[in-house]
Amino acid sequence: MKCQKCEKPATFHITDLTGKEGLLELHLCPDCAKQYLQTGESEQETPKISGVLSSQLKLEQTAEDLKELDGKECPICGISFYEFRQAGRLGCPHDYVFFGEELEPLLLNVHNGSEHVGKQPKRGVRDTESQTELIRLRREMKEAVQEENYERAQELRDRIRSIEGEGRSNE
Amino acid sequence: MVIDELHDRCGEWLKGDGPQSDIVMSSRIRLARNLADFPFIRRCNDIDKANIESTVRERLSQEDAFTTLNFFNVAKLNSLDRQLLVERQLISRELSNGDGSRAVAIDSRERLSLMVNEEDHLRIQVMKSGLNLDGAWEQINKLDDDIESRLTYAFHPKFGYLTACPTNAGTGIRVSVLVHLPALAITHQIEKVFRSLQKINLVVRGLYGEGTQAMGDFYQISNQVTLGKSEREIIDQVADVIPYVIDYERKARQYLLDEKQNDLFDRVSRAYGTLQTAQQISSEETMYLLSRVRMGVNLELIDNLEIPHINQLFLRTQPAHLQKICEQTLDTDQRNVERANYLRLQLKRDDTDAQAN
Ligand SMILES: [Zn+2]
Ligand SMILES: [Zn+2]
Repeated sequence: MKCQKCEKPATFHITDLTGKEGLLELHLCPDCAKQYLQTGESEQETPKISGVLSSQLKLEQTAEDLKELDGKECPICGISFYEFRQAGRLGCPHDYVFFGEELEPLLLNVHNGSEHVGKQPKRGVRDTESQTELIRLRREMKEAVQEENYERAQELRDRIRSIEGEGRSNE
Repeated sequence: MVIDELHDRCGEWLKGDGPQSDIVMSSRIRLARNLADFPFIRRCNDIDKANIESTVRERLSQEDAFTTLNFFNVAKLNSLDRQLLVERQLISRELSNGDGSRAVAIDSRERLSLMVNEEDHLRIQVMKSGLNLDGAWEQINKLDDDIESRLTYAFHPKFGYLTACPTNAGTGIRVSVLVHLPALAITHQIEKVFRSLQKINLVVRGLYGEGTQAMGDFYQISNQVTLGKSEREIIDQVADVIPYVIDYERKARQYLLDEKQNDLFDRVSRAYGTLQTAQQISSEETMYLLSRVRMGVNLELIDNLEIPHINQLFLRTQPAHLQKICEQTLDTDQRNVERANYLRLQLKRDDTDAQAN
């Protein structure tokens, strides 16, 4: 059998699972196989999310609504909906609540379910308020440092330390 | 433990024992977890990441179950050592190639790996040789409880464990079984099997993680859904289907033995012969040929080789392992020569035996 990409004998018989029409069988010589395998790596999950999201949003939103939605920013971590939609990754735990309305149809689409039924942390979820508070304070501290407002950064750091300290003494 | 001690060890997933180990290489379960008081990785700067790493390390050092683990600072490892860990499936490519503070904790038997600052703050993974998902779940469930007693996870009553990517939310679990299916590939039935797996929402991947090419006829079968089903249901969904896959592969092997014996013997002995005599060989071709030889040993067409030995060769002919064995850095051409040398040595023809017959 000859290589599908050149004339050399095919010694590789590769099954590619990424093809749109399901499986793709390739018969390649060692050189072409090597090249194919090195460039063939692909991230699967990210394009899938943006794909599902954008088709879902196109159905439900006008262009104007979408633009407004894209500009929406999480008050805790600062990620915009646009950034999430592009990257396929969220910025903080609070995004599940803040973008809840948009996420729910996506979760249904991916998982066929949107309610967790598995194990739960044993200690119970105490005091989620102070957890998101910490994420927000950390972000504000970064911003203060960037603006070279070191006094404010120092204040924020003390505040973070004191919340962390409380958390620890509760354990 | 230092990295240099790893490459000549066996590692759990290549031991070649455990149930159904002629076809099932290993069973793996991983859990994705995030700390409640830090942003997800995408929104972390270097200071956040360093904070996460030191928090995890410090808190876990208080827990007996973790004092025996070896922590590696992945950011400080050179690229060869990182690649060695990837080849052993102890870290992902994403963690290896990432930036900023990141780490992995590994037990000495390489059954457990705990990645810090990968896509999520924590990726806990347990591996077992052969088909043993129950054993893997028992161990990882306990570990997860131990970690949770020291760290507060990001959790929401409705969405479960919160993950950076919504595709992992809920249980955060990925259950995967690594299977060797050469006969299904030869008989062109593998596509049919995969289609039926996709219909029940299972994912099929190649050997090394997210990459999707099935090198050496190794396939990872895993769940896609993580939300709306319990861990037990998700494990059972994968566990229930594996016996069918095993059965298909066995039937395909039997068919080759019954109907295509000459063709099968030819493939196996040519593969073995090439590995025993090649003067230069790529890792891709090596995997391809070792796959045939592995099946030949399972079908007792080759009788002077053991499965654990072949499993070892799959790993030790990978680029980083080979360079560790040769104790020097090698470019691709040099590796191809050294790989062939190593294989010839490992699979030496026993000429005295041949003459005696
Ligand atoms: Zn070619
Ligand atoms: Zn956020």
